[in-house]
Amino acid sequence: MNGEVPWRRTDRAAAWELPAWSMSSGLRSAHEFGMTALAGVTADWAWAGADGSGVRVCVVDSGVDGSHPLIGDLERSVTVAEDPDGEIRVVDHPAIDEAGHGTACAGIIRGIAPGASISSVRVLTNGKSGTGAALLAGLDWAIAEGFDLINLSLATTQSRFVLALHDLADRAYFRRNVIVVSAHNRPVLSYPWTFSSVISVASHDLDDPMTFYYNPSPPVEFHARGVQVPVAWPGGGTIRSTGNSFAAPHITAICALILSRHEWLTPFQLKTVLFLTAANVAGRRDPTWLGGTDE
Amino acid sequence: MSELVASQATVERRLLQSVVDVARYAFGAAASSIFLVDPATGELVFEAVSGQGGSRLVGTRFPPGTGIAGWVASSGQSLLVDDLSASPQFARDAAASTDYVPNSLMAAPLFTADGVIGVLEVLDRGATAVRVTADVELFDLLADQAAIGLELLTRLRLGGMDQRSDRALRLLEAVESMLATSHG
Repeated sequence: MNGEVPWRRTDRAAAWELPAWSMSSGLRSAHEFGMTALAGVTADWAWAGADGSGVRVCVVDSGVDGSHPLIGDLERSVTVAEDPDGEIRVVDHPAIDEAGHGTACAGIIRGIAPGASISSVRVLTNGKSGTGAALLAGLDWAIAEGFDLINLSLATTQSRFVLALHDLADRAYFRRNVIVVSAHNRPVLSYPWTFSSVISVASHDLDDPMTFYYNPSPPVEFHARGVQVPVAWPGGGTIRSTGNSFAAPHITAICALILSRHEWLTPFQLKTVLFLTAANVAGRRDPTWLGGTDE
Repeated sequence: MSELVASQATVERRLLQSVVDVARYAFGAAASSIFLVDPATGELVFEAVSGQGGSRLVGTRFPPGTGIAGWVASSGQSLLVDDLSASPQFARDAAASTDYVPNSLMAAPLFTADGVIGVLEVLDRGATAVRVTADVELFDLLADQAAIGLELLTRLRLGGMDQRSDRALRLLEAVESMLATSHG
């Protein structure tokens, strides 16, 4: 391959000897892909008629307000808690959300995949161990519980957790607990969105919740709706909210639709289906591609 | 030495005030405020404000992980919310803690190499707002610049007076005494 393809392109960041993770995650232009081999995989094939039924989603965040009419019943609601002796445990917790963010993410998922079951692990707590330790404990729990999809709209910059996070992300990948993570757009290295074993998502500013793009210059792999998204907010009602953290749950929900039709997909196959159904990949809207079936 | 500490504290206050003034002006906003994380407790401390409301809040501490600023600090993600006044819980919380209930709010984490040290907020962007994604990008850039300034100040404080500034100070004293002599 030559230097012309986007994933090999020398960009501003590289020219200035800045690391790749400090590059902007913004969608500059949606690169058109003319290439695809799996002709049968279309949006219709992927999720037509699906509502996420049978798929278990876990929102790892600030908690989820289970009393919100746009959220409905949760399968489980737990929190990471610190014992007086500093031991970190995951314990049952009322379905409340003091920050509002987890509720917003869960509402997006419920809106797109109403049949999926949603659980909540609260990792953004008042504990003194910081985000990294709580995040590890929450992720570890979610993987052990065998959720099909884990939505992670947050990151940690604490580098001492990198190895453990890598191990967890790889374990999730092999156990088919797909981790969907919001990307960062800041000049600081954070995890785990930069790992290849997860699906990382940044924002585009279109209004369509089902439109997403493949990014040919990872570590950001997909761009989904993340600007002025109407989201559920604790205490009832909705607000419009902007940020990569709202793009990730769109991809989580779309994955839930896909997995509810195709439960056998591995994480790498699921990522391929996302690639093939992305708006900038040939065949996405080509009528001659519709009607493919796996049955 | 105490004079130096005092002058660094003054520079920090000026930097914080300058950050919120610039942020408010850049977005034609009703207000801008900055919180710093207390490393000992994880609490967010309200440090400076520009514009409407809140000046009496300087020094107030908020528990970690609560509210929009708390979420931004612990998650490390920037956030922009609109229609806030439509959220009864937010309006109630905001009214309880400030004099001013905004309709929209942008919040970005302030990063150093060690993690999040604070949160910058802009309340109610004005008509000069361009478009949401451009606003968020500009806001992130301002937050980065503020964080770099704060990190430099912190390093200066921890490192105390280095040899270079020591020499500069002695030079300055020498020049002052020469001036005093020549005028005297």
